[in-house]
Amino acid sequence: MKNTIVILLLATIGYYLGSIFVNIGFGDPRFVNGVKDTYLALTTSELKVANTVTSIVVNFRGFDTLGEVTVLFLAATALGGILYKKRHAVGERTVLFPASSIVKSGAKLIFPAIVLLGAYVFIHGHLSPGGGFQGGTIIATGFLLMLLAYDNFSVSHNVLSYIESFAGIFFVAFGIAGLMISGSFLENFLPVGNMNDLFSGGVVPIIYILVGFKVAAELTGVIYTVLHEKD
Amino acid sequence: MDSLYKMIEYGIYGAAILLILVGLYGALTKKSLIKIVIGLSIVDAGIHLLLVSIGYLKGGTAPIFSPGYEDMADKMVDPIPQALVLTAIVIGFAVTAVALSLVIRLYRHHDTLQIDDIKNLKW
Amino acid sequence: MIYLILFAVLLLLMLAAAIYAVFQRDLLYAVIATGVISLVLSVIFYMLQTPDVALTEAAIGVALTTIIFIITIRNTVRHEDEHDKHSREKKIQP
Repeated sequence: MKNTIVILLLATIGYYLGSIFVNIGFGDPRFVNGVKDTYLALTTSELKVANTVTSIVVNFRGFDTLGEVTVLFLAATALGGILYKKRHAVGERTVLFPASSIVKSGAKLIFPAIVLLGAYVFIHGHLSPGGGFQGGTIIATGFLLMLLAYDNFSVSHNVLSYIESFAGIFFVAFGIAGLMISGSFLENFLPVGNMNDLFSGGVVPIIYILVGFKVAAELTGVIYTVLHEKD
Repeated sequence: MDSLYKMIEYGIYGAAILLILVGLYGALTKKSLIKIVIGLSIVDAGIHLLLVSIGYLKGGTAPIFSPGYEDMADKMVDPIPQALVLTAIVIGFAVTAVALSLVIRLYRHHDTLQIDDIKNLKW
Repeated sequence: MIYLILFAVLLLLMLAAAIYAVFQRDLLYAVIATGVISLVLSVIFYMLQTPDVALTEAAIGVALTTIIFIITIRNTVRHEDEHDKHSREKKIQP
């Protein structure tokens, strides 16, 4: 009975979604002279940022990114609150069996390379694919590898929260500086330089590096909290 | 040949919609809480694929002005859905993490993951 | 031509992994199947000329989401219909 109702519901949703997307057409040029062309023109002429996705995420729609980073911060805080436990239970975690020595030495060998790759990805976010979110996630996976390999590898929550808070404060500070100097929140106020240089794009690479630090700290905190959870 | 091409092209929309439907089916009919979260994350993946495929342009390139590609602006795929999906993926991870921590908390209280056995969920 | 066939194979693989993830009763296998969905999805994103999204999906969907699901399964139960009566009795007894 319940199954039939669900299948009928899904068939209705599928029919209407399908009838919408049959008319749209795959890969056709649409929105001629739309907001896409404006962004593509502005990113080369005004901002000198090679990666258009970066310039949209950080500059044209930077306020969205600020909200998103806030949501991440709230999620990390809520996770700590939901999985709250007594102080003496923190820091010890049960392992089914310890990692083998191959995993341990391999993790130690590969961990600096992973962190370096993450830093590269978010420093070059305005030139090549990648950016703060991707680089931060890659750094978090490096810490995840170390946490899996070593039972007693610990990350200081204080350091994580300092990194996170200072990155957030500087993000907002750059936004307010843009408001004061150029007239609107998060607008560029530094010299833009040449296209495809490392030091180009004004505030865009600086803000994306801050986002990278913030995302890395938050995701590492989330993983650390969940991993040290036990009955 | 041409019809095959067309079929595979529309297959992307079809696969994305089917992904959403399969995930919704799992979230609506399964009894285990972890299964419900898995279903919701499958719905997430389908929506991301749908949004990205709307912005695709036939024969287009990625919206990156690398050296030598400075005048390709009319051949680039739409960057706006990409930026939206980029943020949506990270938010989706945060939502999944909070949902799973709630699952752990519920298990500690009720010692079961079956939603039929957790009577306090009804109100 | 080969590009299109590869595309079709990837889409079918993704759908098969999704159906497997929903109908598999062992939750650990289901979680690995969702990881496969994310992996295939990142390749599809790359073929749709969106390298930024592909990087994000590969890092978050494959590594972080999977590991959080696995930790949850380790802290709770592994099978879908498991009621875990034993631990309840243990808690009531003393």
